[in-house]
Amino acid sequence: MEKERQVLVIFPHPDDEAFGVSGTMSRYVDMGVPVTYACLTFGDMGRNLGYPPFATRESLHEIRKKEVQESARLIGLDDLRLLGYRDKTLEFEAPGHLKGIVKDMIDELNPSRIITFYPGYSVHPDHEATAEAVIAAVKEMAPAERPALQLVAFSNDTYKDLGEPDISVDISGYEDRKEKIMAAHESQTGPLLKTLAGNTAESEAARQMWMKNEVFYSYDID
Amino acid sequence: MEKINRDKVQQLLDSYQNKKVFVHVEVTGGMYASHFDDKVFNAGMFLRNVQVTFVQGGIRGGENGEYRVGLKLDNDGWIYVLGLTHYEVNDDNEFIMHGFNYDGKLASALEISTQEFLK
Repeated sequence: MEKERQVLVIFPHPDDEAFGVSGTMSRYVDMGVPVTYACLTFGDMGRNLGYPPFATRESLHEIRKKEVQESARLIGLDDLRLLGYRDKTLEFEAPGHLKGIVKDMIDELNPSRIITFYPGYSVHPDHEATAEAVIAAVKEMAPAERPALQLVAFSNDTYKDLGEPDISVDISGYEDRKEKIMAAHESQTGPLLKTLAGNTAESEAARQMWMKNEVFYSYDID
Repeated sequence: MEKINRDKVQQLLDSYQNKKVFVHVEVTGGMYASHFDDKVFNAGMFLRNVQVTFVQGGIRGGENGEYRVGLKLDNDGWIYVLGLTHYEVNDDNEFIMHGFNYDGKLASALEISTQEFLK
């Protein structure tokens, strides 16, 4: 993993960074790389309201806002941006609107690397809308100016279509920090945290999946 | 939230009768339903900050703690939600009914307030 000028992470929901990316973000922060996390919604249409439920549809907004702020603190971010769109609705914003939001951030921050979802392979319509906006914004840039793209893909056909991920970030040494980051998203992560802490085969599989390497795909925009 | 008390919920429904109210109505199986199981057909909906006036509101059912609520509107239209299990009135005076499925995830919601819900 090389030192970057600036890393820009763009996801739609307050826990999208936690599972697959927070170890990588923490490593960049520790290398002294400026990392900005732009989170487009508050995830306030989520179905998980705690285990047992401690939130409502109406209180989830404030709860998840606090959770992502705590996650950002644990990662060590000093630039967390909460853009405040309504969960589930990103794909219905006016065509080009989100691309413009992304373009403005690129113009301001001049990132050398952007981490987001992989279009077509990220399952949730908000993930897809985010990925498409990033790709569209980067595509408009002159090829020499474009930041590298490091994308998260997890739909069921990912391996069949894209093959093995070509970027793998070793997060050994970051297990405790990552577990705390995931625990910060308490309303969403209860069952997974229990699984991670257990000593069953399922628990070991979960630790292998989340706590060893974070994997991504690069993306050739042309 | 508390498990639904039928009498209390009926009283709350009555208290909003014949007033202009905002509703949030939602039924959801989750965005990942067909990702985790390709035999699941993924359907869901929400309406938010729709203003209505209902002339009659009732709670029915209750088998296994699962209730139905129906609101008859002043234009003879209807709002109907199945599978509600919990309720509360929060600090913002919003009357919230939620239905949690067997995994503890939100499956349905009906919320009523005289003020607009957060945008």
